[in-house]
Amino acid sequence: MSETSFDFAVIGAGPGGYVAAIRAAQLGFKTVIIEREHLGGICLNWGCIPTKALLRTSELFHTLNNAEQFGLSINEISFDIEKIVERSRKIAGRLASGVAYLMKKNKIEVVDGEARLKGGGMIGVRDKNGEVLPDIQAKHILIATGARAKTLPGLEPDGDLIWTYREAMVPPAMPGSLLVVGSGAIGIEFASFYGTLGAEVTVVEVLDRILPVEDEEVSAFAQKAFEKQGMTILTGTTVESLEAGVGEVRVRLKSNDGATREHTVDRVILAIGITGNVEGLGLEELGIQVDRGHIVIDEWCRTAADGVYAIGDVVGPPWLAHKASHEGVICVERIAGLNDVHPLDRSRIPGCTYCAPQVASIGLTEAAAIEAGHQIKVGRFPYQANGKAIALGETEGFVKTVFDAETGELLGAHMIGTEVTELIQGFSIAKTLETTEAELIESIFPHPTLSETMHEAVLDAYGRALHI
Amino acid sequence: MPIPVLMPALSPTMEEGTLLKWLVSEGDKVEAGDVIAEIETDKATMEVEAVDEGTIGKLLMGEGTEHIAVNKPIALILEEGEDDTAVSNFEADAPPQPAVTQTAPEPVAAATAAPETAAQPPPAIETRAAEARATAPQSNGQGGAPFASPLARRLARENKLDLAAITGSGPHGRIVRRDIEQAIAQGVGVAPAAAAPSVGQVMPAQGQPPAPPAMSDEAILALYEPGTYEVVPIDKMRRIIATRLTQAKLSIPHFRLEVDCEIDALLAARKRLNAMSPAEGPKVFKISVNDMIIKAMAMALQKVPAANATWTEQGILRHKGSDIGVAVAIEGGLFTPLIRHAEIKSLSEISNEMQDLAGRARERRLAPHEYQGGTTAISNLGMMGIKSFDAVINPPHATILAVGAGERRPVVEGDEIRIATIMSCTLACDHRVVDGALGAELLGAFKEFIEEPVTMLV
Repeated sequence: MSETSFDFAVIGAGPGGYVAAIRAAQLGFKTVIIEREHLGGICLNWGCIPTKALLRTSELFHTLNNAEQFGLSINEISFDIEKIVERSRKIAGRLASGVAYLMKKNKIEVVDGEARLKGGGMIGVRDKNGEVLPDIQAKHILIATGARAKTLPGLEPDGDLIWTYREAMVPPAMPGSLLVVGSGAIGIEFASFYGTLGAEVTVVEVLDRILPVEDEEVSAFAQKAFEKQGMTILTGTTVESLEAGVGEVRVRLKSNDGATREHTVDRVILAIGITGNVEGLGLEELGIQVDRGHIVIDEWCRTAADGVYAIGDVVGPPWLAHKASHEGVICVERIAGLNDVHPLDRSRIPGCTYCAPQVASIGLTEAAAIEAGHQIKVGRFPYQANGKAIALGETEGFVKTVFDAETGELLGAHMIGTEVTELIQGFSIAKTLETTEAELIESIFPHPTLSETMHEAVLDAYGRALHI
Repeated sequence: MPIPVLMPALSPTMEEGTLLKWLVSEGDKVEAGDVIAEIETDKATMEVEAVDEGTIGKLLMGEGTEHIAVNKPIALILEEGEDDTAVSNFEADAPPQPAVTQTAPEPVAAATAAPETAAQPPPAIETRAAEARATAPQSNGQGGAPFASPLARRLARENKLDLAAITGSGPHGRIVRRDIEQAIAQGVGVAPAAAAPSVGQVMPAQGQPPAPPAMSDEAILALYEPGTYEVVPIDKMRRIIATRLTQAKLSIPHFRLEVDCEIDALLAARKRLNAMSPAEGPKVFKISVNDMIIKAMAMALQKVPAANATWTEQGILRHKGSDIGVAVAIEGGLFTPLIRHAEIKSLSEISNEMQDLAGRARERRLAPHEYQGGTTAISNLGMMGIKSFDAVINPPHATILAVGAGERRPVVEGDEIRIATIMSCTLACDHRVVDGALGAELLGAFKEFIEEPVTMLV
């Protein structure tokens, strides 16, 4: 490394850190990024992207199995799990090298090593072998170290039979049966992948419904859809014990009414949430507060230590790459003193789950809107009544909109069905532009598209749906 | 087509203004940012800048024209390739968005202009570009319809707010929901019909005091022999002072607290500090007693944050920074420019900023944001030899501190009499926000800072 003094240092090269670094470089900061594992972080290497590659395979597998429905005849469809994983890894690798290119293009210094804050703008770095590298000095330091799978006593992964997302991403063989603990986005995506490829999947959720952050109607619809696919869903249930045997795991489950039951499965995936990577950074010495595994920040991503900022998964939920990136940009632009920078508006962060059918949402659920004191108008429109959905053979799903009855503000939108993860951005833009129902009603949606369900769900909230 | 220069709204409440002086003539070339005219508003004289480049095609208003409504065209700027025929197609008294509403005659002008230069873009594109520029929100109130999100427009309608009076914080100055929420909280932009409940920063739009005068003009005039007086016309500043302070006296339940402060230590500190100023250069300073009073008041408000407040019908605004208004007498009236965040500024910073603000106040060249807002003001008549007095709260402030002269006075201490320099200060409080004990706490904190000036450094 030629230089050791920088304007801006980023610790962690995930989607929060590397995007912040690029924005900082764009604004003329001399920038360094320190990464202990791989550029792109969990998102590119062990999260968003490789799972999407896996899920694409299971989606195609599902479609091809229904080829007859489309007038196609395919004799035998089989898969090779090794090749599926290989494709997923290749894609992750390609994107990670893309990040390396972006760093180079923006003249961002990349340091491979583990960082520790030493105070006074100094960062100590050790490489993979524990060798001490020259200290880095920076006026501004951004912590974007991300998070890892949370474990609870008795619910610890062993890397062999009891997995976290990390092992689940690179299975050496297809498990015949699988227990997924936790029904958030991570758990449900793996349940969907393995279930579609033929594993016997059981999902355990401690709360009374799956995908608990979603609107209740979406949770209920998803549960029905998964059960129809053959998944077993146990809500209101906790795992009492996991006992790894030879090639199988004995699981003791307890439902909220006190009943217990035992299961034997080939593999277990733990997806009970994540916890911030706050260790070894020297936070305590600098007086930076950590609350339940997450760094405490203010609205401008500032920690309690001067010149030290934090963004992304390490500061808390929602644990989403696009939230981290957005925080990174806000943080950097604020430091640079740009005009028109505003704190993150949490009601405008879309969330997507890539199970089949897909789930996407933004803003307040119906229940949250009522709880917040809004008088609301709610609209719904089913995929079944949408021409494009019927033509695609994907009629499972619906769109739900929640408006403030007084102001016409779009408070939330909740979608389940094919490609809703690609559609939700329409409502995202609508929310940012502060459109009311009037502009959404006036907008012309192309026919025939799935997006017409969005228009109809808006119309329905005002008693004006046309095609139902 | 010609780009109209519109009468700008230089403050949130400005509805009309006087065209004082043209600084350009017809035929002059101007660039965006060039100062082209001076406008007199309620309180200040402001410069108008060109927002587009081109040639001044026509000055639509003569110098000295009064009561020009905001958004009325005052001049036309010709774009490259346009000639006077474009001006003749333009009616001066067109509605607020002339560039848009004049689209019908426009193609004629463009068509006649087109053959002159082959390189010109097709007329249709030219038209659209001109429209886009003319309707774009150059700044709030300067470009026709307010630039606001649909939700903001609806919230403004429901809350009877005037969008033209609200500053947008969104991209390119777009008014978004948070601006409306802030306006509601601060009582800004209340449309005239709904103005009554909120004193806030509502300026008298029609120039009429809110309450009927106690006596009619005729009754007053009848008391004086004609010829024994002359009538001085009421200018805008006088009208504003009359209206706002009448409103303040009628609507704010004032009460007063008085305290004597010993300022010998402060005077000594001031002397020592001023001796430390460099002889010349940008860092020269000369701290006045008033600068130290500003600092002390700012520190006192931080110590007693409950008094750093503003009354609104929606709730009491507790402010974080100490923005201190300082009354500056000028010919024909006064201004109260603000030292913002005085609690974190050094005395030399406050002093130099104050000199700049006072200087520009006397020239009536303060921008509205330099005198609007704040939670308290300081009115110092000490240099005029006044021993003590009380002042009228300047809405939307919660308090005002009236400062008298520092005088050598006998002080009884135990059974002894000694001589000290005493400055009497009177704090007027808005009882809706600041109760007696709270006011006393604030004034007590102020006295401590004044008497032990070194504590202001903490």
